[in-house]
Amino acid sequence: MGPSGVGTSVPAPAGERRRDAVIRTEQLQKRYPGAEAPAVDHLDLEVFAGEIFGLLGPNGAGKTTTAGMLTTRVVPSGGRAEIGGVDVARHPALAKQLSGIVSQQNTLDRQLNVWENLYFHGRLFGMGSRRSRHRADELLQQFQLARWAKASVYALSGGMAQRLMVARAIFHEPAVLFLDEPTAGLDPQSRLVLWELLGELNAQGQTILLTTHYMEEADQLCGRVAIMDHGHLLALDTPAALKQSIGADTVLTLKAAGDAAELREKMAAALDGVTASRTVEGGAQLQLRGIERLVPRAVAAAEALGVDLIDLSVSEPSLETVFINLTGKELRD
Amino acid sequence: MAVTETPHVIGTRPPRSVAAASWTALGALLLRDAVVLRKHVWEFVLRTLIQPFLLCFVFLFVFPKIGQNIGGRGNAAESNFATILVPGVVGISVMFQGVQSIALAMAQEFGFTREIEDRVQAPCPIWLVAVEKVISGTFQGLLSAAIVLPIASVVHASGVQAHLALHWGLILTLVPLAAVAMSGLGLLLGTSFEPRNIGLMFGFIILPITFLGGTYYSFDRLAAVRIGGFHWLQTLVLANPLLYVNEGMRAAFTAAPHLHLYVVYPVLVGFAVLFMSLGLRNFRRRVLS
Ligand SMILES: Nc1ncnc2c1ncn2[C@@H]1O[C@H](COP(=O)(O)OP(=O)(O)OP(=O)(O)O)[C@@H](O)[C@H]1O
Ligand SMILES: [Mg+2]
Repeated sequence: MGPSGVGTSVPAPAGERRRDAVIRTEQLQKRYPGAEAPAVDHLDLEVFAGEIFGLLGPNGAGKTTTAGMLTTRVVPSGGRAEIGGVDVARHPALAKQLSGIVSQQNTLDRQLNVWENLYFHGRLFGMGSRRSRHRADELLQQFQLARWAKASVYALSGGMAQRLMVARAIFHEPAVLFLDEPTAGLDPQSRLVLWELLGELNAQGQTILLTTHYMEEADQLCGRVAIMDHGHLLALDTPAALKQSIGADTVLTLKAAGDAAELREKMAAALDGVTASRTVEGGAQLQLRGIERLVPRAVAAAEALGVDLIDLSVSEPSLETVFINLTGKELRD
Repeated sequence: MAVTETPHVIGTRPPRSVAAASWTALGALLLRDAVVLRKHVWEFVLRTLIQPFLLCFVFLFVFPKIGQNIGGRGNAAESNFATILVPGVVGISVMFQGVQSIALAMAQEFGFTREIEDRVQAPCPIWLVAVEKVISGTFQGLLSAAIVLPIASVVHASGVQAHLALHWGLILTLVPLAAVAMSGLGLLLGTSFEPRNIGLMFGFIILPITFLGGTYYSFDRLAAVRIGGFHWLQTLVLANPLLYVNEGMRAAFTAAPHLHLYVVYPVLVGFAVLFMSLGLRNFRRRVLS
């Protein structure tokens, strides 16, 4: 018997889907009472089975609100959202069978130990005692928490608590695993461990939707990324395509004494292939095509203009660059 | 038993009906509460017994010993007071159980631990999560009544004796009804107060309820407190749900005078319904945004 009895009791939604969209939103909207602007504004999304989908955006972009609506915690004020063909606003209890959630805060049951946190989650989702016990043991092994099985959840480090929350969230084999800022507050080591873990889960077929404001996380982990700001969807594609879309293949950052705006203007004019430019703290950043002999060219141009260069760095465009081009501001707070 | 080790396709349709999923979820939530209760069973027992024990110790043991009598001089009068107090002590315990097992737990789960966010992800309607708390609180209330009554009836000075008369028909209906109503009160309080305002809740709600809830006196005696012909205190305490619990306990456990049962039953049912509906409404509001 398959663990989730695929599509036995609930009929497939009317109308065949092009690809297997597990999540679908149409003009999804949320305006909190008393708020001037909607937190999520006419959002159209599709997340397909088996992908890691990232919602990337700065603080207040509406990422948690979007995930909240999909997981039935936030009541939409307009539009539709479906998960597995189930309308989340109309059938929240049904939709909850399909999602596993790792929220921004630690929501582990403080009265239960590590193992029990998993076991009772299984029971909650209708697994029998034997199966829950077996799967709890199995997952503790897989997530390298077996040593802590009998420990209080207070004894866990941030990274371990996060892993336990992920283990709990996938316990009942949800159609979608939701993670809200999964690595916020984790040290770099724990972050890597978690990324690896999510990669493995995804390789086993787990569909994942995560929110993040780390462009690196979105870049490394996600198959497709939706960039959000002020509740709006600004762009949606694979990280590679998003980066390509800016039309530049190199980002040149210059630091120099003197007026940054002037530096930007002069250098942008002096170098070939500049597609966009902006001022940054203490200097300018140029996006351009053609990395060929860029450093000597830039240095020469600076010499010719009489610019006193302090620092110069060359990098590839990142999702940060994409975000900046879309919004004119940086992703980091 | 087949253990799946190879990657398998994860279903993208809900595997079970809401009714089936809710039913097992309710069972699991109750099981979880039972396991937690068992872990802390001594804490539960001590917490439940400490207040009744102290009340009986001071009023029924120390006071008669030091001659600071309540209810009049002599064993007969003291015993009459004991007869009033013992059921009151059971009633107050049932109320405290509702407040402790639900209101305090909820304040914490809504507060800094945010555990409630996980609990409401159970594959069932949100109201069922709150109702489960009330069921489990009711059970704990019954348990506390069962351990408090024997303790309360044996802690007294020699010669002072509560005259108990157990009416099983009333015990089996009124005690559960009281426990449901008080758990409902716990739900309402737990969802109404921010965790940081719990002190306020005790000071301004719990204390007045307990002192003006007929624990230490029966309702009919309050007739003596009046301004002109107006029995103001008797009128005031009618709004207190604990009064009906305590008068109900008096009816169930003693032959002492008490409010008419045809008042106690419907009013307790009314309070239970009121607390539950307000509590569920608050719960929903606090969980959803
Ligand atoms: N419960 C709420 N009531 C009122 N406004 C809210 C509520 N939750 C969020 N908001 C507002 O909605 C907007 C979007 O918030 P949301 O939490 O979805 O952003 P986010 O992208 O998750 O940000 P962060 O990176 O800070 O977690 C913000 O302006 C926020 O202030
Ligand atoms: Mg957020």
